[in-house]
Amino acid sequence: MSGQSFLFQAFIYLTAAVIAVPIAKRLGLGSVLGYLLAGVAIGPHVLGLIGIEGRDVMHFAEFGVVMMLFVVGLELEPSLLWRLRRPILGMGGLQVLLTTGAVSAIGLALRLPWQSALAVGMVLTMSSTAIVLQTLNEKALLKTAGGQSSFAVLLFQDIAVIPMLAVFPMLATGRAIPGQAGVPAESVLATLPGWAQTLAVLGAVTFVVVGGRYLIRPVFRAIAKARAREAFTAAALLLVIGVALLMTSVGLSPALGAFLAGVMLATSEYRHELVSDIEPFKGLLLGLFFIAVGAAIDFRLVAGHPALVGGLVLAVIAVKAAVLFGLARGFGLDADQSLLFALGLPQVGEFAFVLLSFAGQEGVLGASITSPLVAVVAISMAVTPLLFLLNERLLQPRFGTRGQEARDADAIEEQAPVLVAGYGAFGSTVGRLLRANGVLVTVLDLDADRVDLLRDMGQKVHYGDASRLDLLHAAGAGQARLLILGLDSPEKTLELVQTARKHFPNLTILARAFDWNDSFDLLDAGVPNVYRDTLDTALRTGTDALRLLGFRAHQAHRAAQKFLKHDEESMRHLSGHRRDRGQYISAARQRIEDLEQMLLADLQEPGMDRDKGWDPESLVEEYKNR
Amino acid sequence: MPSILIVFTHPALEKSRVHRRLLRSPPELPGLTVNDLYENYPDYDVDVRREQELLLAHDVIVHQHPFYWYSVPPLLKQWQDLVLEHGWAYGSRGTALRGKRTLHVISTGGSAAAYQPQGDNRFTVRALLAPWEQTARLCGMEFLPPFVIHGTHGLTDPELESAADRYREFLVGLHDGSLRLKPDALYAEAPDGPDKQSSEDVQP
Repeated sequence: MSGQSFLFQAFIYLTAAVIAVPIAKRLGLGSVLGYLLAGVAIGPHVLGLIGIEGRDVMHFAEFGVVMMLFVVGLELEPSLLWRLRRPILGMGGLQVLLTTGAVSAIGLALRLPWQSALAVGMVLTMSSTAIVLQTLNEKALLKTAGGQSSFAVLLFQDIAVIPMLAVFPMLATGRAIPGQAGVPAESVLATLPGWAQTLAVLGAVTFVVVGGRYLIRPVFRAIAKARAREAFTAAALLLVIGVALLMTSVGLSPALGAFLAGVMLATSEYRHELVSDIEPFKGLLLGLFFIAVGAAIDFRLVAGHPALVGGLVLAVIAVKAAVLFGLARGFGLDADQSLLFALGLPQVGEFAFVLLSFAGQEGVLGASITSPLVAVVAISMAVTPLLFLLNERLLQPRFGTRGQEARDADAIEEQAPVLVAGYGAFGSTVGRLLRANGVLVTVLDLDADRVDLLRDMGQKVHYGDASRLDLLHAAGAGQARLLILGLDSPEKTLELVQTARKHFPNLTILARAFDWNDSFDLLDAGVPNVYRDTLDTALRTGTDALRLLGFRAHQAHRAAQKFLKHDEESMRHLSGHRRDRGQYISAARQRIEDLEQMLLADLQEPGMDRDKGWDPESLVEEYKNR
Repeated sequence: MPSILIVFTHPALEKSRVHRRLLRSPPELPGLTVNDLYENYPDYDVDVRREQELLLAHDVIVHQHPFYWYSVPPLLKQWQDLVLEHGWAYGSRGTALRGKRTLHVISTGGSAAAYQPQGDNRFTVRALLAPWEQTARLCGMEFLPPFVIHGTHGLTDPELESAADRYREFLVGLHDGSLRLKPDALYAEAPDGPDKQSSEDVQP
């Protein structure tokens, strides 16, 4: 990397991101625009901190797109994908056909040879999965009708890249430049006959589908059992990279393969954990990718031909948006959703860079066409966040309701009102009681064997460490009403309480405690609903002991009831005292002191077991004295 | 102005259309408290001190409950047994409740005609409440005739609405004294004279 050390490069990129993204978000511009602007700033034409090696970085960072599609796949169950088949094939197919047609026609009108016109059409029909999905996700628009349609079209475009790459060599008008390998058509299978290639492709897809269903889960289970977090993260990364390699080797889009693998794992118990493991890598790589795009804008060219480049950008966006809007209305989307769809997708996507360089190598397009097009693509991407803003600030307010609302009820229906963290004997008893009464429960547990068993029995259980904020988010803590903590460790419980209280203040917490100390800690942390693990069991044992000693059953029962109430009151009372006394004595000394206080409180209430109403003593006295 | 305590006792409120509606009808009166026994003491562990303090703090004690086997739900009996202690509510030194008034607001499945000497149930609701009437007397409280909603199984929505309205007016009347109280007679008449509908709900 041009003499500069790797660490220095990383320093530059990270600094740019750390400065630009928070500012962009604070200004309401979204993180994507922040990254792009950061890229422009450190790029060769402004500060010059990075040079042309930005291109290499971009290729590297494209892997972020692969990861993003994996994560998207994880959130898309196969049944949902099947329901989307009409928009994917219909809208996606028509978008590719119509846009390619329209752009090619314009190209022909500008007297390009038909081969070049068609190639340009295919390049420009692509939209940016990275920018659109990231932005829709950030604005929580992915679940709206417009968002779903955008997703469907992007997915189809991903598939369409494959035949395009196959068609490109046939469009060559000039001489092919023997370029470097690395594009799918040059895969290891290129030497095989056509039928064998087809077979290999089908084999690879089948392998991902079947493997995702039957092979991955036992592997992850074994890794999870080892309880080494980084091993799990490594396995998740390995999975994505492996699938990407496999797909590239048979000439398929790695993003598509990762997406497929994600879908196959969408119903697995490791879904939440995988999402939270991949998420940071995905985010960083995408950020890097956007920075690289920003840095790649050739400002000299733009400055040289401002009218040409600006006109092309406008024309591309106008043509694409017009096609998209027409399609959306044709497929029955409301006007507001159609606008979201049309203004979300009119940029040219990252695949265009791949296609353009490929077209250059194959002699389909000359440098006089590809150079301005690269600038057009980059600028159109940079403009996207602005189009989203335009749509959001100026256009959407004109519509009474947003499409989001119609789908919300759906989401809430699926959302369980209760999260149970820790599904051992304690948590599972609580969960079973709730389920038996028709209450939906989302379970988080860290014991792979247990998760497995429960899933075999048809329960929805997720594997993961519940004290992690991202996992809580993924499990729906933002929408749930109760969080029940049945964890085995008081430290972990307290940690989770602090996270949950800070980030989900509306969530009511019910926590399992082990002894007074834990209870005090939990009360201090602001959790009034504290349940000591052994209390009820001990009282039931005591009740039976009383009965065996000859107490009537009801009397023993009443005694335990009263004792429970008294004990809870003493605990809460002591908790306040302890806070007043300060924390200067040791925990062991503290426990003794607490016990002493508790025993004293018992002595002070000798009438604990009296039910005066059932006791004729005073009545008898009065009768005698009459 | 007298303060009112509604001691509400229903083991399965979620299944009772009538009582759910009635519970929504109490007006915003100063000093009106609703004490939901089954909600506070699901395990029958009545907090005697708390209940006694509530009784002391109010002038009119209204027992609202369904009529089970011609009597009150079991938790109200438990409440009665434990809260009305000797030496507090009755006995030579038991004067805590003296001078207060008490009455029952009751729903029954049977019709008003059935709760007549000639009817299937042979006794009026008031007659069946004899133990409570005597309890009130022993504690020095004035026992007012019950407010009864009959025939709950066949009650239409408009009928339920009008019953709830009358309950509401009744509580307001109790509170501001506009309710005309005639010992041993109908008291839940409309302020401007007896009306046919209310006479059917109220037992002599």
